[in-house]
Amino acid sequence: MSKRIVAEDVNAFYGSFRAIAGVSLTIEPNTVTALIGPSGCGKSTFLRTINRLHEVIPGARVEGKVMLDSEDLYGAGVDAVAVRRTIGMVFQRPNPFPTMSIYDNVAAGLRLNGIKNSKVLDEAVERSLRGANLWNEVKERLAKPGAGLSGGQQQRLCIARAIAVEPQVLLMDEPCSALDPISTLAIEDLMTDLKQRYTIVIVTHNMQQAARVSDRTGFFSLEATGEPGRLIEIDTTEKIFSNPSEKRTEDYITGRFG
Amino acid sequence: MTASTERPPPDLSGGGLGATRRVGDRVFAALTTGAGVLVLALIVAIGAFLLTKAIPAVQKDSTNFFTTKLWQPDNDPSVFGIAALVFGTLLSSIIALVVAGPIAIGIALYISDYAPRRLATPIGYLVDLLAAVPSVVYGLWGLLFLAPHSDKFQQFLSDHFGFIPLFDLGKNGVVGRSMMIASLVLAIMILPIVAAISREIFLQVPQANREAALALGATKLEMIRLAVLPYSKSGVVGALMLGLGRALGETIAVALVLSLSYSTSFHIIDANVGGNTIAANIASQYQAAEPLGQRALIASGLVLFVITFAVNALARYVVTRSGKRAAAV
Repeated sequence: MSKRIVAEDVNAFYGSFRAIAGVSLTIEPNTVTALIGPSGCGKSTFLRTINRLHEVIPGARVEGKVMLDSEDLYGAGVDAVAVRRTIGMVFQRPNPFPTMSIYDNVAAGLRLNGIKNSKVLDEAVERSLRGANLWNEVKERLAKPGAGLSGGQQQRLCIARAIAVEPQVLLMDEPCSALDPISTLAIEDLMTDLKQRYTIVIVTHNMQQAARVSDRTGFFSLEATGEPGRLIEIDTTEKIFSNPSEKRTEDYITGRFG
Repeated sequence: MTASTERPPPDLSGGGLGATRRVGDRVFAALTTGAGVLVLALIVAIGAFLLTKAIPAVQKDSTNFFTTKLWQPDNDPSVFGIAALVFGTLLSSIIALVVAGPIAIGIALYISDYAPRRLATPIGYLVDLLAAVPSVVYGLWGLLFLAPHSDKFQQFLSDHFGFIPLFDLGKNGVVGRSMMIASLVLAIMILPIVAAISREIFLQVPQANREAALALGATKLEMIRLAVLPYSKSGVVGALMLGLGRALGETIAVALVLSLSYSTSFHIIDANVGGNTIAANIASQYQAAEPLGQRALIASGLVLFVITFAVNALARYVVTRSGKRAAAV
Protein backbone atom coordinates (compact mmCIF):
# COMPACT_ATOMS: atom_id res chain seq x y z
CA MET A 1 0.00 0.00 0.00
CA SER A 2 2.63 2.48 0.97
CA LYS A 3 5.07 3.39 -1.78
CA ARG A 4 8.47 4.95 -2.34
CA ILE A 5 8.76 8.35 -3.97
CA VAL A 6 11.82 9.21 -6.01
CA ALA A 7 12.17 12.73 -7.37
CA GLU A 8 14.74 13.26 -10.10
CA ASP A 9 15.83 16.76 -11.03
CA VAL A 10 12.46 18.38 -10.37
CA ASN A 11 12.05 22.00 -11.47
CA ALA A 12 8.83 23.92 -10.87
CA PHE A 13 7.85 27.17 -12.52
CA TYR A 14 5.26 29.88 -12.01
CA GLY A 15 5.16 31.39 -15.47
CA SER A 16 8.76 32.26 -16.24
CA PHE A 17 9.79 32.26 -12.57
CA ARG A 18 11.60 29.12 -11.47
CA ALA A 19 10.48 28.37 -7.90
CA ILE A 20 12.52 25.21 -7.33
CA ALA A 21 15.53 23.91 -9.18
CA GLY A 22 17.03 20.48 -9.50
CA VAL A 23 15.42 18.73 -6.56
CA SER A 24 16.33 15.06 -6.36
CA LEU A 25 15.46 12.98 -3.33
CA THR A 26 14.07 9.65 -2.19
CA ILE A 27 11.22 9.26 0.26
CA GLU A 28 11.03 5.81 1.83
CA PRO A 29 7.73 4.00 2.38
CA ASN A 30 6.24 3.95 5.87
CA THR A 31 8.27 6.88 7.04
CA VAL A 32 7.52 10.46 7.89
CA THR A 33 9.71 12.82 5.91
CA ALA A 34 9.77 16.44 6.99
CA LEU A 35 10.67 19.27 4.64
CA ILE A 36 11.96 22.37 6.40
CA GLY A 37 13.43 25.66 5.31
CA PRO A 38 12.84 29.40 5.25
CA SER A 39 9.74 30.97 3.65
CA GLY A 40 9.86 31.02 -0.12
CA CYS A 41 12.38 28.18 -0.38
CA GLY A 42 9.98 26.07 -2.43
CA LYS A 43 9.24 23.27 0.03
CA SER A 44 5.46 23.64 -0.37
CA THR A 45 5.86 23.96 -4.12
CA PHE A 46 7.87 20.75 -4.16
CA LEU A 47 5.19 19.01 -2.07
CA ARG A 48 2.58 20.08 -4.60
CA THR A 49 4.59 18.64 -7.47
CA ILE A 50 4.25 15.19 -5.86
CA ASN A 51 0.47 15.06 -6.34
CA ARG A 52 0.54 17.20 -9.48
CA LEU A 53 -1.39 19.97 -7.76
CA HIS A 54 1.22 22.57 -8.67
CA GLU A 55 0.08 22.60 -12.28
CA VAL A 56 -3.51 23.67 -11.49
CA ILE A 57 -2.25 27.22 -10.87
CA PRO A 58 -2.51 29.15 -14.15
CA GLY A 59 0.90 29.34 -15.81
CA ALA A 60 2.51 26.83 -13.48
CA ARG A 61 4.44 23.82 -14.81
CA VAL A 62 6.87 21.16 -13.71
CA GLU A 63 9.95 19.65 -15.33
CA GLY A 64 11.67 16.49 -14.22
CA LYS A 65 10.56 13.14 -12.93
CA VAL A 66 8.63 12.07 -9.87
CA MET A 67 8.53 8.29 -9.55
CA LEU A 68 5.99 6.52 -7.39
CA ASP A 69 7.66 3.12 -7.13
CA SER A 70 8.22 2.36 -10.81
CA GLU A 71 5.72 4.78 -12.31
CA ASP A 72 6.65 8.26 -13.49
CA LEU A 73 3.85 10.56 -12.34
CA TYR A 74 4.77 13.02 -15.09
CA GLY A 75 5.05 10.37 -17.79
CA ALA A 76 3.14 10.64 -21.02
CA GLY A 77 -0.44 9.48 -20.67
CA VAL A 78 -0.50 9.72 -16.87
CA ASP A 79 -3.72 11.34 -15.71
CA ALA A 80 -3.20 13.99 -13.04
CA VAL A 81 -6.64 13.26 -11.62
CA ALA A 82 -5.68 9.60 -11.14
CA VAL A 83 -2.43 10.66 -9.46
CA ARG A 84 -4.34 12.80 -6.99
CA ARG A 85 -6.59 9.87 -6.17
CA THR A 86 -3.56 7.85 -5.06
CA ILE A 87 -1.81 10.67 -3.22
CA GLY A 88 -3.80 12.40 -0.49
CA MET A 89 -3.14 15.89 0.74
CA VAL A 90 -3.85 17.92 3.86
CA PHE A 91 -3.53 21.69 3.65
CA GLN A 92 -2.25 24.45 5.88
CA ARG A 93 -5.69 25.77 6.74
CA PRO A 94 -8.38 23.19 7.43
CA ASN A 95 -10.57 23.23 4.33
CA PRO A 96 -13.57 20.95 4.80
CA PHE A 97 -16.29 21.54 2.21
CA PRO A 98 -18.31 24.21 4.01
CA THR A 99 -21.72 23.18 2.78
CA MET A 100 -21.28 19.49 3.53
CA SER A 101 -21.91 17.47 6.65
CA ILE A 102 -19.12 15.71 8.49
CA TYR A 103 -20.20 12.43 6.91
CA ASP A 104 -20.36 13.85 3.38
CA ASN A 105 -16.95 15.45 3.76
CA VAL A 106 -15.35 12.12 4.56
CA ALA A 107 -17.37 10.32 1.89
CA ALA A 108 -16.62 12.92 -0.82
CA GLY A 109 -13.54 11.17 -2.18
CA LEU A 110 -15.21 7.75 -2.17
CA ARG A 111 -18.18 9.13 -4.02
CA LEU A 112 -15.81 10.59 -6.60
CA ASN A 113 -14.60 7.05 -7.10
CA GLY A 114 -18.15 5.98 -7.83
CA ILE A 115 -18.86 4.23 -4.53
CA LYS A 116 -22.55 4.63 -3.76
CA ASN A 117 -23.34 1.63 -1.57
CA SER A 118 -24.35 3.18 1.74
CA LYS A 119 -23.05 0.26 3.80
CA VAL A 120 -19.61 0.53 2.22
CA LEU A 121 -19.66 4.29 2.73
CA ASP A 122 -20.75 3.99 6.36
CA GLU A 123 -17.90 1.62 7.10
CA ALA A 124 -15.32 3.71 5.29
CA VAL A 125 -16.47 6.89 7.03
CA GLU A 126 -16.22 5.27 10.44
CA ARG A 127 -12.85 3.68 9.66
CA SER A 128 -11.45 6.98 8.38
CA LEU A 129 -12.76 9.02 11.28
CA ARG A 130 -11.33 6.46 13.71
CA GLY A 131 -8.09 6.60 11.76
CA ALA A 132 -8.02 10.36 12.13
CA ASN A 133 -8.81 10.02 15.83
CA LEU A 134 -12.01 12.00 15.47
CA TRP A 135 -14.70 9.31 15.62
CA ASN A 136 -15.50 9.58 19.32
CA GLU A 137 -15.90 13.32 19.10
CA VAL A 138 -18.26 13.38 16.11
CA LYS A 139 -20.05 10.03 15.98
CA GLU A 140 -23.21 11.57 17.44
CA ARG A 141 -23.35 14.39 14.89
CA LEU A 142 -22.21 13.05 11.55
CA ALA A 143 -25.01 14.92 9.79
CA LYS A 144 -23.91 18.29 11.18
CA PRO A 145 -21.85 20.65 8.99
CA GLY A 146 -18.11 20.02 9.05
CA ALA A 147 -17.55 23.76 9.29
CA GLY A 148 -19.06 23.73 12.80
CA LEU A 149 -16.10 21.84 14.28
CA SER A 150 -13.14 23.47 15.99
CA GLY A 151 -10.02 24.17 13.94
CA GLY A 152 -8.19 21.09 15.21
CA GLN A 153 -11.21 18.88 14.62
CA GLN A 154 -11.62 20.32 11.13
CA GLN A 155 -8.02 19.48 10.34
CA ARG A 156 -8.53 15.91 11.56
CA LEU A 157 -11.70 15.82 9.46
CA CYS A 158 -9.57 16.79 6.46
CA ILE A 159 -7.14 14.00 7.33
CA ALA A 160 -10.08 11.57 7.54
CA ARG A 161 -11.26 12.81 4.15
CA ALA A 162 -7.80 12.28 2.70
CA ILE A 163 -7.30 8.75 4.09
CA ALA A 164 -10.85 7.62 3.28
CA VAL A 165 -9.77 6.83 -0.28
CA GLU A 166 -6.83 4.72 0.99
CA PRO A 167 -4.09 6.75 -0.67
CA GLN A 168 -0.55 5.42 -0.96
CA VAL A 169 1.04 8.67 0.10
CA LEU A 170 -0.17 11.42 2.41
CA LEU A 171 1.16 14.94 1.85
CA MET A 172 0.78 17.48 4.64
CA ASP A 173 1.45 21.14 3.98
CA GLU A 174 2.07 22.81 7.35
CA PRO A 175 -0.94 20.95 8.77
CA CYS A 176 -0.60 22.40 12.27
CA SER A 177 0.34 26.00 11.58
CA ALA A 178 -3.23 27.22 12.13
CA LEU A 179 -3.79 25.08 15.23
CA ASP A 180 -3.28 25.45 18.95
CA PRO A 181 -0.66 23.27 20.74
CA ILE A 182 -3.16 20.67 21.97
CA SER A 183 -4.63 20.12 18.50
CA THR A 184 -1.08 20.08 17.15
CA LEU A 185 -0.15 17.31 19.56
CA ALA A 186 -3.21 15.31 18.51
CA ILE A 187 -2.18 15.54 14.87
CA GLU A 188 1.44 14.71 15.56
CA ASP A 189 0.37 11.58 17.45
CA LEU A 190 -1.83 10.73 14.51
CA MET A 191 1.09 10.97 12.08
CA THR A 192 2.99 8.35 14.05
CA ASP A 193 -0.02 6.03 13.70
CA LEU A 194 -0.57 6.83 10.05
CA LYS A 195 2.95 6.05 8.95
CA GLN A 196 2.27 2.37 9.65
CA ARG A 197 0.08 2.48 6.57
CA TYR A 198 1.14 5.45 4.49
CA THR A 199 4.19 7.25 3.26
CA ILE A 200 3.96 10.70 4.81
CA VAL A 201 5.62 13.89 3.65
CA ILE A 202 5.12 16.94 5.83
CA VAL A 203 6.14 20.53 5.22
CA THR A 204 6.64 22.42 8.44
CA HIS A 205 8.05 25.69 9.70
CA ASN A 206 8.30 24.27 13.15
CA MET A 207 11.67 22.59 13.64
CA GLN A 208 10.65 21.01 16.92
CA GLN A 209 7.78 19.42 15.08
CA ALA A 210 10.10 18.09 12.41
CA ALA A 211 12.34 16.69 15.10
CA ARG A 212 9.41 15.11 16.97
CA VAL A 213 7.54 13.42 14.16
CA SER A 214 9.88 12.74 11.27
CA ASP A 215 12.28 9.94 10.45
CA ARG A 216 14.03 11.87 7.76
CA THR A 217 14.35 15.61 7.20
CA GLY A 218 15.08 17.55 4.05
CA PHE A 219 16.35 21.12 4.23
CA PHE A 220 15.41 23.53 1.43
CA SER A 221 16.89 26.95 0.98
CA LEU A 222 17.45 29.66 -1.59
CA GLU A 223 20.46 31.82 -2.37
CA ALA A 224 18.51 35.06 -2.47
CA THR A 225 15.02 36.36 -3.13
CA GLY A 226 14.15 35.76 -6.78
CA GLU A 227 16.46 32.74 -6.95
CA PRO A 228 14.93 29.28 -7.13
CA GLY A 229 14.77 27.16 -3.98
CA ARG A 230 16.99 24.10 -3.80
CA LEU A 231 17.27 21.02 -1.66
CA ILE A 232 20.39 21.56 0.41
CA GLU A 233 20.46 18.15 2.04
CA ILE A 234 18.27 15.33 3.19
CA ASP A 235 19.20 12.78 5.82
CA THR A 236 17.90 11.10 8.94
CA THR A 237 16.27 13.59 11.25
CA GLU A 238 18.74 12.72 13.97
CA LYS A 239 21.69 13.55 11.73
CA ILE A 240 20.17 16.78 10.40
CA PHE A 241 19.49 18.11 13.85
CA SER A 242 22.70 16.96 15.49
CA ASN A 243 25.39 16.91 12.85
CA PRO A 244 24.29 18.15 9.42
CA SER A 245 26.74 17.87 6.53
CA GLU A 246 26.09 21.35 5.22
CA LYS A 247 26.97 24.52 7.06
CA ARG A 248 23.80 26.23 5.76
CA THR A 249 21.67 23.55 7.35
CA GLU A 250 23.41 23.98 10.64
CA ASP A 251 23.01 27.78 10.47
CA TYR A 252 19.31 27.39 9.89
CA ILE A 253 18.79 24.75 12.58
CA THR A 254 20.64 26.77 15.16
CA GLY A 255 18.88 30.00 14.23
CA ARG A 256 21.83 31.78 12.66
CA PHE A 257 20.18 31.86 9.28
CA GLY A 258 20.06 35.19 7.41
CA MET B 1 9.20 60.25 17.44
CA THR B 2 10.56 63.77 17.27
CA ALA B 3 7.36 65.08 15.68
CA SER B 4 5.20 63.82 18.49
CA THR B 5 7.38 65.28 21.23
CA GLU B 6 7.17 68.74 19.65
CA ARG B 7 3.37 68.67 19.64
CA PRO B 8 1.63 70.01 22.76
CA PRO B 9 -0.11 67.33 24.82
CA PRO B 10 -3.83 67.10 23.99
CA ASP B 11 -6.18 68.86 26.37
CA LEU B 12 -8.37 66.11 27.75
CA SER B 13 -9.82 68.09 30.64
CA GLY B 14 -12.82 69.23 28.63
CA GLY B 15 -13.24 72.60 26.96
CA GLY B 16 -13.57 73.42 23.30
CA LEU B 17 -10.72 71.50 21.75
CA GLY B 18 -12.44 68.17 21.06
CA ALA B 19 -15.80 69.67 20.15
CA THR B 20 -14.61 72.11 17.48
CA ARG B 21 -12.61 69.45 15.71
CA ARG B 22 -15.68 67.28 15.23
CA VAL B 23 -17.74 69.77 13.24
CA GLY B 24 -16.69 68.19 9.95
CA ASP B 25 -17.56 64.80 11.34
CA ARG B 26 -21.02 65.93 12.37
CA VAL B 27 -21.72 67.63 9.05
CA PHE B 28 -20.74 64.49 7.23
CA ALA B 29 -22.89 62.35 9.49
CA ALA B 30 -25.84 64.66 8.83
CA LEU B 31 -25.25 64.44 5.08
CA THR B 32 -25.18 60.67 5.04
CA THR B 33 -28.25 60.51 7.28
CA GLY B 34 -29.99 62.87 4.91
CA ALA B 35 -29.13 60.65 1.96
CA GLY B 36 -30.48 57.64 3.80
CA VAL B 37 -33.70 59.40 4.74
CA LEU B 38 -34.08 60.60 1.15
CA VAL B 39 -34.27 57.02 -0.09
CA LEU B 40 -37.03 56.21 2.37
CA ALA B 41 -38.86 59.41 1.45
CA LEU B 42 -38.63 58.54 -2.24
CA ILE B 43 -40.06 55.07 -1.72
CA VAL B 44 -42.91 56.47 0.37
CA ALA B 45 -43.58 59.20 -2.21
CA ILE B 46 -43.67 56.74 -5.09
CA GLY B 47 -45.86 54.33 -3.17
CA ALA B 48 -48.25 57.11 -2.16
CA PHE B 49 -48.37 58.45 -5.70
CA LEU B 50 -49.19 55.03 -7.13
CA LEU B 51 -51.82 54.33 -4.50
CA THR B 52 -53.64 57.68 -4.72
CA LYS B 53 -53.88 57.47 -8.51
CA ALA B 54 -54.54 53.77 -8.71
CA ILE B 55 -57.32 53.31 -6.17
CA PRO B 56 -59.84 55.75 -7.74
CA ALA B 57 -59.12 54.32 -11.19
CA VAL B 58 -59.70 50.76 -10.08
CA GLN B 59 -62.95 51.84 -8.40
CA LYS B 60 -64.21 53.16 -11.76
CA ASP B 61 -63.41 49.84 -13.43
CA SER B 62 -66.67 48.18 -14.43
CA THR B 63 -65.04 44.72 -14.38
CA ASN B 64 -62.72 42.84 -12.12
CA PHE B 65 -59.33 44.55 -12.27
CA PHE B 66 -57.45 41.35 -11.56
CA THR B 67 -59.18 38.91 -13.90
CA THR B 68 -60.03 41.02 -16.94
CA LYS B 69 -57.80 40.70 -19.96
CA LEU B 70 -59.06 43.68 -21.94
CA TRP B 71 -57.57 47.14 -21.60
CA GLN B 72 -60.15 49.78 -22.58
CA PRO B 73 -60.19 52.17 -19.63
CA ASP B 74 -61.39 55.12 -21.70
CA ASN B 75 -64.47 53.33 -23.00
CA ASP B 76 -67.88 53.84 -21.41
CA PRO B 77 -68.24 51.80 -19.25
CA SER B 78 -64.58 51.54 -18.46
CA VAL B 79 -63.20 48.03 -18.94
CA PHE B 80 -59.67 47.14 -17.96
CA GLY B 81 -57.77 44.46 -16.10
CA ILE B 82 -54.28 43.27 -15.61
CA ALA B 83 -54.74 39.55 -16.25
CA ALA B 84 -53.18 39.55 -19.74
CA LEU B 85 -50.50 42.04 -18.73
CA VAL B 86 -49.40 40.11 -15.66
CA PHE B 87 -49.50 36.91 -17.68
CA GLY B 88 -47.33 38.38 -20.42
CA THR B 89 -44.95 39.98 -17.93
CA LEU B 90 -44.42 36.76 -16.02
CA LEU B 91 -44.28 34.54 -19.12
CA SER B 92 -41.72 36.66 -20.97
CA SER B 93 -39.59 37.12 -17.85
CA ILE B 94 -39.62 33.46 -16.92
CA ILE B 95 -38.73 32.37 -20.46
CA ALA B 96 -35.95 34.97 -20.44
CA LEU B 97 -34.68 33.61 -17.14
CA VAL B 98 -34.83 29.98 -18.25
CA VAL B 99 -32.90 30.80 -21.42
CA ALA B 100 -30.42 33.27 -19.94
CA GLY B 101 -29.79 31.60 -16.58
CA PRO B 102 -27.82 28.54 -17.71
CA ILE B 103 -25.90 30.51 -20.34
CA ALA B 104 -25.01 33.24 -17.85
CA ILE B 105 -23.82 30.69 -15.30
CA GLY B 106 -21.81 29.02 -18.06
CA ILE B 107 -20.18 32.34 -18.96
CA ALA B 108 -19.43 33.04 -15.31
CA LEU B 109 -17.88 29.59 -14.78
CA TYR B 110 -15.87 29.96 -17.96
CA ILE B 111 -14.43 33.23 -16.71
CA SER B 112 -13.83 32.04 -13.15
CA ASP B 113 -12.54 28.53 -13.81
CA TYR B 114 -11.93 27.66 -17.43
CA ALA B 115 -10.67 30.62 -19.42
CA PRO B 116 -6.93 31.24 -19.58
CA ARG B 117 -6.13 34.41 -17.68
CA ARG B 118 -5.36 36.31 -20.87
CA LEU B 119 -8.93 35.71 -22.04
CA ALA B 120 -10.79 35.87 -18.74
CA THR B 121 -10.24 39.56 -18.14
CA PRO B 122 -11.27 40.83 -21.60
CA ILE B 123 -14.32 38.57 -21.60
CA GLY B 124 -15.25 39.94 -18.20
CA TYR B 125 -15.04 43.47 -19.60
CA LEU B 126 -17.16 42.48 -22.59
CA VAL B 127 -19.85 41.11 -20.29
CA ASP B 128 -19.83 44.36 -18.32
CA LEU B 129 -20.04 46.28 -21.59
CA LEU B 130 -23.08 44.28 -22.68
CA ALA B 131 -24.76 45.23 -19.41
CA ALA B 132 -24.26 48.89 -20.26
CA VAL B 133 -25.95 48.79 -23.68
CA PRO B 134 -29.18 50.84 -23.45
CA SER B 135 -32.35 48.78 -23.63
CA VAL B 136 -33.69 50.73 -26.60
CA VAL B 137 -30.73 49.46 -28.59
CA TYR B 138 -31.58 45.90 -27.66
CA GLY B 139 -35.18 46.61 -28.62
CA LEU B 140 -34.29 47.98 -32.04
CA TRP B 141 -31.90 45.12 -32.64
CA GLY B 142 -34.61 42.63 -31.70
CA LEU B 143 -37.15 44.34 -33.95
CA LEU B 144 -34.97 44.98 -36.99
CA PHE B 145 -32.57 42.06 -36.87
CA LEU B 146 -33.54 39.21 -34.58
CA ALA B 147 -37.25 39.04 -35.47
CA PRO B 148 -36.82 38.98 -39.28
CA HIS B 149 -33.76 36.71 -39.13
CA SER B 150 -35.34 34.14 -36.86
CA ASP B 151 -38.34 33.40 -39.06
CA LYS B 152 -36.85 30.17 -40.29
CA PHE B 153 -35.91 29.09 -36.79
CA GLN B 154 -39.40 29.77 -35.51
CA GLN B 155 -40.91 27.97 -38.48
CA PHE B 156 -38.59 25.06 -37.78
CA LEU B 157 -39.74 24.92 -34.16
CA SER B 158 -43.35 24.96 -35.30
CA ASP B 159 -42.79 22.25 -37.91
CA HIS B 160 -40.89 19.86 -35.71
CA PHE B 161 -41.90 20.71 -32.17
CA GLY B 162 -45.42 21.96 -32.85
CA PHE B 163 -46.81 19.15 -30.71
CA ILE B 164 -45.51 21.09 -27.70
CA PRO B 165 -48.17 23.76 -27.09
CA LEU B 166 -45.47 26.43 -26.66
CA PHE B 167 -44.35 25.97 -30.27
CA ASP B 168 -47.78 25.40 -31.80
CA LEU B 169 -48.34 27.92 -34.57
CA GLY B 170 -51.95 26.94 -35.28
CA LYS B 171 -53.72 27.60 -38.58
CA ASN B 172 -53.46 31.34 -38.85
CA GLY B 173 -50.17 31.66 -37.08
CA VAL B 174 -47.47 33.98 -38.32
CA VAL B 175 -43.92 33.96 -37.13
CA GLY B 176 -42.11 37.20 -36.43
CA ARG B 177 -42.57 39.63 -33.55
CA SER B 178 -43.70 36.90 -31.23
CA MET B 179 -43.58 36.45 -27.49
CA MET B 180 -40.60 34.18 -28.00
CA ILE B 181 -38.56 36.86 -29.76
CA ALA B 182 -39.45 39.40 -27.08
CA SER B 183 -38.43 36.88 -24.42
CA LEU B 184 -35.16 36.16 -26.21
CA VAL B 185 -34.37 39.88 -26.35
CA LEU B 186 -35.08 40.02 -22.62
CA ALA B 187 -32.85 36.99 -22.12
CA ILE B 188 -30.00 38.72 -23.93
CA MET B 189 -30.56 41.82 -21.80
CA ILE B 190 -30.43 40.04 -18.46
CA LEU B 191 -27.59 37.74 -19.52
CA PRO B 192 -24.78 40.17 -18.67
CA ILE B 193 -26.08 41.15 -15.25
CA VAL B 194 -26.61 37.54 -14.18
CA ALA B 195 -23.23 36.54 -15.63
CA ALA B 196 -21.39 39.43 -13.99
CA ILE B 197 -22.82 38.79 -10.52
CA SER B 198 -22.36 35.02 -10.79
CA ARG B 199 -18.77 35.52 -11.86
CA GLU B 200 -18.09 37.61 -8.76
CA ILE B 201 -19.66 34.92 -6.62
CA PHE B 202 -17.67 32.12 -8.22
CA LEU B 203 -14.46 34.11 -7.82
CA GLN B 204 -15.24 34.43 -4.11
CA VAL B 205 -15.13 30.67 -3.62
CA PRO B 206 -11.90 30.21 -1.67
CA GLN B 207 -9.08 28.61 -3.65
CA ALA B 208 -8.67 26.28 -0.67
CA ASN B 209 -12.07 24.73 -1.40
CA ARG B 210 -11.16 24.18 -5.02
CA GLU B 211 -7.83 22.62 -4.07
CA ALA B 212 -9.51 20.42 -1.48
CA ALA B 213 -11.61 18.90 -4.24
CA LEU B 214 -8.74 18.66 -6.73
CA ALA B 215 -6.46 17.01 -4.17
CA LEU B 216 -9.12 14.35 -3.63
CA GLY B 217 -8.85 13.53 -7.31
CA ALA B 218 -11.80 15.49 -8.60
CA THR B 219 -11.90 16.37 -12.28
CA LYS B 220 -12.61 19.99 -13.09
CA LEU B 221 -16.31 19.30 -13.49
CA GLU B 222 -16.40 17.36 -10.22
CA MET B 223 -14.53 20.18 -8.52
CA ILE B 224 -17.16 22.65 -9.70
CA ARG B 225 -19.93 20.35 -8.49
CA LEU B 226 -18.21 19.65 -5.18
CA ALA B 227 -16.63 22.94 -4.21
CA VAL B 228 -17.83 25.80 -6.40
CA LEU B 229 -21.56 25.36 -6.93
CA PRO B 230 -22.61 24.39 -3.38
CA TYR B 231 -20.69 27.32 -1.98
CA SER B 232 -22.21 29.81 -4.38
CA LYS B 233 -25.70 28.37 -4.81
CA SER B 234 -27.52 31.02 -2.81
CA GLY B 235 -25.57 33.85 -4.40
CA VAL B 236 -26.36 32.60 -7.88
CA VAL B 237 -30.04 32.34 -6.97
CA GLY B 238 -29.82 35.97 -5.90
CA ALA B 239 -28.22 36.89 -9.24
CA LEU B 240 -31.00 35.10 -11.12
CA MET B 241 -33.60 36.97 -9.08
CA LEU B 242 -32.00 40.29 -9.91
CA GLY B 243 -32.06 39.32 -13.58
CA LEU B 244 -35.69 38.36 -13.25
CA GLY B 245 -36.40 41.72 -11.66
CA ARG B 246 -34.82 43.46 -14.60
CA ALA B 247 -36.79 41.39 -17.10
CA LEU B 248 -40.05 42.09 -15.29
CA GLY B 249 -39.57 45.82 -15.46
CA GLU B 250 -38.16 46.09 -18.97
CA THR B 251 -40.25 48.49 -21.02
CA ILE B 252 -39.02 49.80 -24.30
CA ALA B 253 -37.40 46.69 -25.71
CA VAL B 254 -40.59 44.69 -25.26
CA ALA B 255 -42.77 47.51 -26.54
CA LEU B 256 -40.64 47.68 -29.68
CA VAL B 257 -40.30 43.98 -30.38
CA LEU B 258 -43.59 42.43 -29.40
CA SER B 259 -46.70 42.65 -31.53
CA LEU B 260 -48.95 43.94 -28.78
CA SER B 261 -52.20 42.29 -27.83
CA TYR B 262 -54.14 41.41 -24.70
CA SER B 263 -53.98 37.65 -24.76
CA THR B 264 -53.07 34.96 -22.33
CA SER B 265 -51.80 32.40 -24.79
CA PHE B 266 -48.91 30.04 -24.42
CA HIS B 267 -48.37 29.98 -28.18
CA ILE B 268 -45.19 31.92 -27.88
CA ILE B 269 -44.02 31.78 -31.48
CA ASP B 270 -47.28 33.08 -32.96
CA ALA B 271 -46.91 36.77 -33.73
CA ASN B 272 -50.64 37.02 -34.38
CA VAL B 273 -51.24 36.09 -30.79
CA GLY B 274 -48.45 38.31 -29.54
CA GLY B 275 -48.79 39.47 -25.99
CA ASN B 276 -48.06 42.37 -23.73
CA THR B 277 -46.39 43.25 -20.49
CA ILE B 278 -47.25 45.80 -17.85
CA ALA B 279 -44.31 48.05 -18.61
CA ALA B 280 -44.65 47.83 -22.39
CA ASN B 281 -48.37 48.55 -22.11
CA ILE B 282 -47.71 51.70 -20.12
CA ALA B 283 -45.14 52.87 -22.64
CA SER B 284 -47.37 52.25 -25.62
CA GLN B 285 -50.68 53.54 -24.18
CA TYR B 286 -49.82 56.45 -21.96
CA GLN B 287 -49.52 59.22 -24.56
CA ALA B 288 -52.90 58.55 -26.09
CA ALA B 289 -54.75 57.81 -22.86
CA GLU B 290 -57.34 60.08 -21.28
CA PRO B 291 -57.10 60.91 -17.55
CA LEU B 292 -58.88 57.76 -16.42
CA GLY B 293 -56.82 55.67 -18.82
CA GLN B 294 -53.64 57.21 -17.43
CA ARG B 295 -54.68 56.43 -13.88
CA ALA B 296 -55.55 52.89 -14.92
CA LEU B 297 -52.03 52.53 -16.33
CA ILE B 298 -50.67 53.80 -13.04
CA ALA B 299 -52.70 51.11 -11.29
CA SER B 300 -51.01 48.52 -13.49
CA GLY B 301 -47.69 50.13 -12.58
CA LEU B 302 -48.53 49.59 -8.93
CA VAL B 303 -49.01 45.89 -9.64
CA LEU B 304 -45.62 45.75 -11.36
CA PHE B 305 -44.12 47.60 -8.39
CA VAL B 306 -45.50 44.96 -6.04
CA ILE B 307 -44.28 42.08 -8.25
CA THR B 308 -40.74 43.43 -8.63
CA PHE B 309 -40.66 44.36 -4.96
CA ALA B 310 -41.56 40.79 -4.07
CA VAL B 311 -38.88 39.41 -6.39
CA ASN B 312 -36.24 41.75 -4.98
CA ALA B 313 -37.24 40.97 -1.41
CA LEU B 314 -36.93 37.29 -2.21
CA ALA B 315 -33.50 37.87 -3.76
CA ARG B 316 -32.43 39.86 -0.71
CA TYR B 317 -33.56 37.12 1.58
CA VAL B 318 -31.75 34.42 -0.37
CA VAL B 319 -28.53 36.46 -0.64
CA THR B 320 -28.54 37.36 3.06
CA ARG B 321 -28.94 33.74 3.96
CA SER B 322 -25.97 32.82 1.79
CA GLY B 323 -23.96 35.65 3.38
CA LYS B 324 -24.71 34.35 6.85
CA ARG B 325 -23.62 30.89 5.92
CA ALA B 326 -20.42 32.13 4.31
CA ALA B 327 -19.68 34.16 7.44
CA ALA B 328 -20.20 31.13 9.65
CA VAL B 329 -17.58 29.19 7.74
